[in-house]
Amino acid sequence: MDKASRNEWPLWEVFIRSKGGLAHKHVGSVHASDEKLAIRHARDTYTRRSEGVSIWVVQSSQITASDPAQSGPMFEPAESKIYRHPTFYKIPDNVKNI
Amino acid sequence: MYTTELQSHQDKPTAVADTEVEALTDAFEARVAADEFIEPNDWMPEAYRRTLVRQISQHAHSEVVGMLPEGNWISRAPSLRRKAVLLAKVQDEGGHGLYLYAAAETLGTSREEMIQALHSGRAKYSTIFNYPTLTWADIGAIGWLVDGAAIMNQVPLQRTSYGPYARAMVRVCKEESFHQRQGYEIMMAMANGTPEQHDMAQDALNRWWWPSLMMFGPTDDNSPNTEQSMRWRIKRETNDEIRQRFVDVTVPQADALGLKIPDAALKWNAERKQYDFGEIDWSEFWAVVKGEGPVAKERIKARVDAWKNGAWVREAAAAHAAKQNPIKKVA
Repeated sequence: MDKASRNEWPLWEVFIRSKGGLAHKHVGSVHASDEKLAIRHARDTYTRRSEGVSIWVVQSSQITASDPAQSGPMFEPAESKIYRHPTFYKIPDNVKNI
Repeated sequence: MYTTELQSHQDKPTAVADTEVEALTDAFEARVAADEFIEPNDWMPEAYRRTLVRQISQHAHSEVVGMLPEGNWISRAPSLRRKAVLLAKVQDEGGHGLYLYAAAETLGTSREEMIQALHSGRAKYSTIFNYPTLTWADIGAIGWLVDGAAIMNQVPLQRTSYGPYARAMVRVCKEESFHQRQGYEIMMAMANGTPEQHDMAQDALNRWWWPSLMMFGPTDDNSPNTEQSMRWRIKRETNDEIRQRFVDVTVPQADALGLKIPDAALKWNAERKQYDFGEIDWSEFWAVVKGEGPVAKERIKARVDAWKNGAWVREAAAAHAAKQNPIKKVA
């Protein structure tokens, strides 16, 4: 696989808060020479129609990701612990508000 | 959109045994058949990756080159309102190109490589942009027909199997409707204007109709990649299916404008409940694909010039970044 060449601006991942009260959400990426330009590019690329009130950018190379090929074993501990869900417990129908 | 750079964090085995590839391929085919999305770091067959890189980068190039025929008219728009609208539309096209380049980059190709491929003439883009925009009515016809055809193509791609491409398409489709409606509004103004303006609108329809139908690509029996791409859910509908749908929705829109579609064979087929339409001149299509469109060279030259003229800005930004963050690694 070809790597980005040295001439290319680094890649940044863009996260946008669409309105107050909501978390920032990943929307895509931009190339930019530094963090300030990354914010500007993110604004022009991803918020042309008032999609956001706040932007985060982080250089893509700084993100560590879990390996999708290992997602089975990775998330197995949760799969086997069904007693973490409320429906695991049988409560008689006549008992209310629980 | 999960990036090329993420890949470097992983210690993936470089060579896998043939039997393992077979098992991985089976698992991949099963996931795609079950309408699951494939994400950047998931295992995928090389041919799937190659097909996607080709399709997404061509799509990106089309958005970028698509700015040129319309950009020609920004300074000549007939009113400030039309000018502001056209500027916003052209900016959207640039944005669409960026979403798509970013999606292609998640497959391991670099932005720089794609741009070089475009500038050297190696990369293909939609043939439609190799036709000239002669009058203001062409800007109306492009929004109405070319963006209309693009929407038809792109709506099914929101369900394409590759996650980053599908997400880019969702974003693009949300913005595209404005493009088509502003184009149709221009056509309405022209078609209902002076006799000269009406003639300009008709002339623009005459010139853009057939190239728009060609935008859906060769007929199904001449589209060897369709079967594989449908199986992999890269394509969700065939070229002919989408082309027919475009004709069926567009004909009444032309009627509403009082304009005549330049096709003597065009006729409502009550039995099929669809329009029959005439034969497309595929020799013209293939000539334009090979770069023989009236303004193919002009388009790429304008693109390369813009890139060269912007070089000092890129260099200055890089120099500034290096000065601010001398330790931070750039690229």
